[in-house]
Amino acid sequence: MSVEKLIFEKGAPGRRASNMPAMDVPTETIEDLVPAHLLRQEEAPLPEVSEIEVVRHYTHLSQRNFGVDTGFYPLGSCTMKYNPKVNEDMAGLPGFAHIHPLQPAEQVQGAIQLVYELEQYLAEIAGMTRVTLQPSAGAHGELTGLMLIKAYHQSRGEGHRHLVLIPDNAHGTNPASATLAGYKSVELKSDKATGGVDMDHLRQILDAHANDIAAIMLTNPNTLGLFEANILEIARLVHEAGGQLYYDGANANAVMGITRPGDMGFDVVHFNLHKTCSTPHGGGGPGAGPIGVKEHLVPFLPGPLPAKDEQGRYYWQEVGPQSIGKVRANLGNFGVLVRAYTYIRSNGPDGLRHVSESAILNANYVKHGLSEDYEIYYPHICQHEFVATARRQKEESGVTAMDIAKRLLDFGMYAPTTYFPLIVPEALMIEPTETETRETLDTFIAVMKQIAEEARTNPELVKTAPHTTVVGRLDQALAARKPNLRWTPGQEVTH
Amino acid sequence: MSYVPNTPEEQQAMLESMGLSSLEDLLAPVPANVRLNRPLDLPAALSEPDLRRVVTRMAAKNRNLDTAISFLGAGTYDRAIPSVVPHLQRRSEFVTSYTPYQPEVSQGMLQTIYEFQTMVCQITGLDIANASLYDGATAMVEAVFIALGPGGKGEVVISAGVDPQYRRVLQTYAFARGFTVKEVPTRNGVTSLEELDAAVTATTTAVVVQQPNFFGSIEDMQAIEKIAHKGKGVFISVATEPASFSVLAPPGEYNADIAVGELMSFGNPMSFGAPALGFMASKQKFMRLLPGRLVGQTVEEGGDKQTGYVLTLQTREQHIRRERATSNICTNQSLLAVGATIYMAAIGKQGFRELGQLCLQKAHYAFRQITALPGFEAPFAAPFFDEFVIKSPVPLARLEEAFTQAGIVGGYALDKDYPDMENCMLFCVTETRTKEEIDYLVSVLKEVQA
Repeated sequence: MSVEKLIFEKGAPGRRASNMPAMDVPTETIEDLVPAHLLRQEEAPLPEVSEIEVVRHYTHLSQRNFGVDTGFYPLGSCTMKYNPKVNEDMAGLPGFAHIHPLQPAEQVQGAIQLVYELEQYLAEIAGMTRVTLQPSAGAHGELTGLMLIKAYHQSRGEGHRHLVLIPDNAHGTNPASATLAGYKSVELKSDKATGGVDMDHLRQILDAHANDIAAIMLTNPNTLGLFEANILEIARLVHEAGGQLYYDGANANAVMGITRPGDMGFDVVHFNLHKTCSTPHGGGGPGAGPIGVKEHLVPFLPGPLPAKDEQGRYYWQEVGPQSIGKVRANLGNFGVLVRAYTYIRSNGPDGLRHVSESAILNANYVKHGLSEDYEIYYPHICQHEFVATARRQKEESGVTAMDIAKRLLDFGMYAPTTYFPLIVPEALMIEPTETETRETLDTFIAVMKQIAEEARTNPELVKTAPHTTVVGRLDQALAARKPNLRWTPGQEVTH
Repeated sequence: MSYVPNTPEEQQAMLESMGLSSLEDLLAPVPANVRLNRPLDLPAALSEPDLRRVVTRMAAKNRNLDTAISFLGAGTYDRAIPSVVPHLQRRSEFVTSYTPYQPEVSQGMLQTIYEFQTMVCQITGLDIANASLYDGATAMVEAVFIALGPGGKGEVVISAGVDPQYRRVLQTYAFARGFTVKEVPTRNGVTSLEELDAAVTATTTAVVVQQPNFFGSIEDMQAIEKIAHKGKGVFISVATEPASFSVLAPPGEYNADIAVGELMSFGNPMSFGAPALGFMASKQKFMRLLPGRLVGQTVEEGGDKQTGYVLTLQTREQHIRRERATSNICTNQSLLAVGATIYMAAIGKQGFRELGQLCLQKAHYAFRQITALPGFEAPFAAPFFDEFVIKSPVPLARLEEAFTQAGIVGGYALDKDYPDMENCMLFCVTETRTKEEIDYLVSVLKEVQA
């Protein structure tokens, strides 16, 4: 156990870690340039540290952090696959990294070409007509997609539609996005036997509220890792009721080249490029959440959109009056888009299908390996992920999903997603991804078996885990009860 | 190039260990009538060397600002980045980690974000800050959502001096959520105080003003604050150029309730405008209403009660509140926040002071030289920071042609967003421009005019 001091507790007055350019112009008195009452009074107390201190500090901090490059990261629904290094190099090329978003199109032909081509690739992968690259993350894509649906309904004089159907196993962003789009969520039950949408419940809701249904949001495969077998029937029923189908692409790592949201009947789809297309998660971003739409929604897309003229020149095409407007400044998370582009070009069509098939294989392999020691909530063939439950362990020895997650950290592995989906008690949601070797999967299975054994024979060991990390379990209740969100001089730190 | 490590033979052995014979067995749950029965229509796979060649050539078609002399700002700034920043930011333990849900193995990212939150407070002069948001525009919208509350209804007064892209984003969200937006015009390059005073009423929910504004002009935030706070509305200040916090009174010194904006230029490359780094700081009283991630300091449950960091106040967030959430933010911009943190640590207290002075003085030098040229006029007399508006005696197309030939990336043509500002260009001069480069710009302008 160890502590790294805060950067504010290091250094000494007068130290610095970088120089500013020279003041090579004649200067004027600052009070002559800015009225005194608009000048800063109190200097910002930023750190005063030398270059070596900065380097050691953040190097030490990085060493106190676990990434995919450190070890196995079976975090369900997060698709923590390996992030190829060449993608980083390509995004860092000065021709991509050092260009300004407002440069004239003639100066950034390569950049517009890249987004133009990426848009086409994503449309093909999803079975959609067009794509906007603006949304910055999955949740941003959801909100943008719902805005498009809203604009579409309004354009048809059906602005009264205000309900969005969301399954009880959906990601939390779905209902939150619906609320922010000015919609009301209606929870759709899962069928206990199949883990899919409860079709009777769907019919009931549609019968009762047909004229009010704006959309349904589905993840397929769903968060249980199960493919929705009734998808075409769901699409038919929702479309008949006048609603639109929104595809949450969080789990798209299971479908590339196998099936396409567009062919399943979806009208809007978002991609999580930071999941499916291997762009790194960066400790919680940046991501990218482009959305694809079918023909009837194209007029509502945010703009401008990349386009190519007859001479082969690329330009930004302004969008029409029905466009919802912009959902962020500039075109989207370009640096992330470059990485997704290179990933798609690396893999090609067969490679992407191989990615999805291998992700499904690895998930089923781990599920099979764990099935004796853990209850698998739905034992059917899974897709890219599955959900185990620790309720047996909890009943027998009081060891919870959280305890198992913490104990895994002691073995140099990250934890699965816990307590999600909400409909599964003591959930451990496991997504190994396609980029793990069989040996890593075997090690994970062996460790999980050992933890199950520990839960039987020495539950305290599991309940008090982790034991080998730089800090032990932290007091979350204290953090929320007495929030300390910033350092202040003289603050007491326990070392 | 495939990143799937297991060979076909190994995959076959894995299948057989489960009693299966082929991958097709695992695809059984996908109904035949939704299957794609052809390969995706995409270019064939490339080896890494081939990929490098193709993509490097695309990048080479862009004029990058390492080789051009840029006077383009308008919300995105060309800033010197110390070498330590990318070297440390790109450590793969940061780059390849997820949102730090398991704090015991994520202390590095959590502590860095805690330092980020602290530094954002230090530069803005406000009490608390969150862990980042997508960009300045969406951060501004999120601040408006705080003001609107769970119902999402109300009236937002915004200055036309706010970045036009930000205002367009606000309009988009207003359409979806159903709140109203009232725009207050600028006069002589700054927000019209009379018209702002008329627009802000007892029912105003939020007042949004940018400092310096889109024209680079310095707003009288002291006077604006009094107007903004005459009712119960939340006063939101926006900043796209964070170097201005070094010289100008920061939001905390003029009693802004929430400060939002763009911190990308602190340590992160422009990257065609994004990924960007939206920030949000506020007064303490908004703590439980802030969107996105918040990192807090705490201690261990047992043992030595050693200090550690966790994501906290998560009951605010979408994964807990679901349809009752006031924000749907999940992903933020952590890695860019790491870059900004290292940048601010590296430039430090002195560097931050110098940064503002450099931008201010260099921009004013350029302004004096340009306005000394016959025909090039400053339409506004308002004080400015590092951007200013020049009305050209010749059409901007001619200026742009001359700039292209001279290897200069010119300023932003304002008539695109403000139709009454014909031939007006917004020039930006940050610390990265030298006197020599500024003099060169002036010589090119002189020639165009002649």
